[in-house]
Amino acid sequence: MSKQAGDPDVIIDIRALHKVYKVGEERVHALRGIDLTIRRNEFVAIMGASGSGKSTLMNILGALDKPTKGMYRLRGRDTHKMGMSQLARVRNEDIGFIFQSFELLPRATSLKNVMLPMLYSSKHIFSARKRAKNALRRVGLGDRMTHRPNQLSGGQRQRVAVARALVNDPAILLADEPTGNLDTKTTQEIIALFRELHEAGQTIVVVTHEEDVAGHADRIVRLRDGEVMSDHTTREDPIHRVWIEQSREGHGAKAGAPGAPESAPSVGVMPTQDSPTASVRAARPKSTQARSAT
Amino acid sequence: MSVVFAPFLYVLRLVVQTVFLAVGQIWANKTRAMLTSLGIIIGVGAVIAVIAGLGGLKKFVLDEVDAAVGARKMWVWGEVPDSKRAVMNDSDVRVGLYEANLLLENAPSIESLTPMAHSSWPIAYGEETVLGASIWGIWPAWNDVEDRTVVYGRPLSRIDSDEKRLVCMINEQAIEELNLDLDPTGDYLLVNGRRCLVVGVVETKDGGGIFGGGQPRTEVWIPFETHKNMNPYTGTWFQMQLVEPTSDRPMDAVAADAKAEVNIILRTHRNLGPEDEDTFEMEVVQSVIGFFNQMAFVLTAVGGVIAAISLLVGGIGIMNIMLVSVSERTREIGLRKAVGARPPIVLTQFLIEAVVLCLVGGAIGLLIGQGAATLLRFVPGMSIESVSVPRWAVFMSVGVSALVGVVSGMFPAIKAARLNPIDALRHE
Ligand SMILES: Nc1ncnc2c1ncn2[C@@H]1O[C@H](COP(=O)(O)OP(=O)(O)O)[C@@H](O)[C@H]1O
Ligand SMILES: [Mg+2]
Repeated sequence: MSKQAGDPDVIIDIRALHKVYKVGEERVHALRGIDLTIRRNEFVAIMGASGSGKSTLMNILGALDKPTKGMYRLRGRDTHKMGMSQLARVRNEDIGFIFQSFELLPRATSLKNVMLPMLYSSKHIFSARKRAKNALRRVGLGDRMTHRPNQLSGGQRQRVAVARALVNDPAILLADEPTGNLDTKTTQEIIALFRELHEAGQTIVVVTHEEDVAGHADRIVRLRDGEVMSDHTTREDPIHRVWIEQSREGHGAKAGAPGAPESAPSVGVMPTQDSPTASVRAARPKSTQARSAT
Repeated sequence: MSVVFAPFLYVLRLVVQTVFLAVGQIWANKTRAMLTSLGIIIGVGAVIAVIAGLGGLKKFVLDEVDAAVGARKMWVWGEVPDSKRAVMNDSDVRVGLYEANLLLENAPSIESLTPMAHSSWPIAYGEETVLGASIWGIWPAWNDVEDRTVVYGRPLSRIDSDEKRLVCMINEQAIEELNLDLDPTGDYLLVNGRRCLVVGVVETKDGGGIFGGGQPRTEVWIPFETHKNMNPYTGTWFQMQLVEPTSDRPMDAVAADAKAEVNIILRTHRNLGPEDEDTFEMEVVQSVIGFFNQMAFVLTAVGGVIAAISLLVGGIGIMNIMLVSVSERTREIGLRKAVGARPPIVLTQFLIEAVVLCLVGGAIGLLIGQGAATLLRFVPGMSIESVSVPRWAVFMSVGVSALVGVVSGMFPAIKAARLNPIDALRHE
């Protein structure tokens, strides 16, 4: 599990990471000693019940927030020691972050929104527009460049956000419940897009509630109360296996194990090679009622 | 090539985008922006109007002074110092002809000089008599000093003075009062009972409106020496014309030099020791202008205080609106930070926005001030060229507006720059 600091394949290396929020006198211990390594071209899903610390972890991974204690090394650099300006640079150059609520500038066109990260970097000064157009084409929005967010559907908005996250060629794409605001069909489209990016070599970490979304990842990290509860490949993840069994039997996901899926599979999952999910498509349970609110 | 220019273009693009963003932001909240920058508008407008108005007024006053007495005028007369009142009287300190010649020879800043004496005497011609006409004793230089030309006959001459002749010049008012010919040269007047030959007529000069215009007096000019003969005890003074100022040596400097020269020459001649007070006084037209300048300074100060108060109030308004703007756009700030905007860049963005807001206010104020100045041109006596907004005032108001923007935008901008990106994004 432990990797050499100099290993160029290690994108993210986290050791004994703690995060404590202070709310007045009260202290919320959101992360309690997380160890995690993410390598190049991994596609990791982070799961866990609401309040288990998924967003807190993602914000630290995305250099949006600083850990209270512990080590976070991104591409061999000690991010936990960096100041505000250095972190901003890391966010600009190494990280593509996708939010549940898209976070687009309402008055700006898709193209302008995608160009935003390049405004804060001197790297692609002469090719900014071209790069933004390419990124939009990559997410299938080549014909929506001059639209404003309110002229786009939810799925299209999230695609713009994905294009914006990709435009600076980040080392890692981080998405915190990217499909949380989307319907099941659009969720599938976005997840298929992630899959495509992953196959093209992109390293991705996605937080999700949904087992079928997680099913597209290669690896599932489950959190509980700010600790890593389990860390397995998707095929070996026991909870995921149970979920697959249950969906195959058409029982939905009501009887989930602790920290288990909070939503039933809705639409067929694109199979990974010789994955048991291949059979899920045939089963395709109609019961989507168990989508629990959190 | 492109590598060399990239950092520069990066900053340029950022600034341009930020300015566009700021203008868009202001345009989106037109009414609010207008109301907020009202203080700036009034402040700049007031200052510009006062400066333009004063410029016009100053030119107006200077023209008047110049028309009435000439800007290069200086007077010197004897004066008993207060401490010597008991032991001296006016005749002890009277300026005399010897001193007149001393000054002419030794004071390089004095171009020409005439001693002067004045009496009010009756004059008569034939049946007509004028009581209390002004009789001046002068040297021929008087025509130069006073810039008064002779329209008929000749001016007084050196020989008239040397021989203390009974000759005179008169003005057109005297011709009228005494019923003389249009060309009265060759006629004899009775001046205080003495027969006096008219040799010339002096042009009537309308004094400027603000300096003793009014009814022209009946005036007669006779040689200073002749006057002294007729009235040996009257007071005398010197009236002189200073040399012309140059671009290297402005009028202020000429006036100061002339004063210093007169001072040293007269003190030396009068054997005044270092402790002795001056036994003479002098005055230059420059000090009239100096008085006006003081007045203008007071007016400018009043305008400045009004402007400062409006700018202060305006600045507080700008700060308030920028705080509102930062709080309204907290999520946007969070997003910009999330994609890599560093704190100094966020700071700059809000500073530029505040500065643009103030500059818009300043520009409107400038237009209003300009408008007020244009209205001033219709005030009688104001000349069109003189009532204008000087370029330095335009630069100054732009600079002050920008400064107000920077100062009042600083606190909100720092607040925005310090926001933690994740807290900002969570803001509702
Ligand atoms: N800004 C914050 N201030 C205080 N407590 C917080 C803050 N953000 C999250 N928390 C707390 O930290 C814990 C983990 O939250 P979070 O990371 O958002 O969980 P998840 O994303 O898994 O639902 C929760 O108990 C939550 O209440
Ligand atoms: Mg969350």
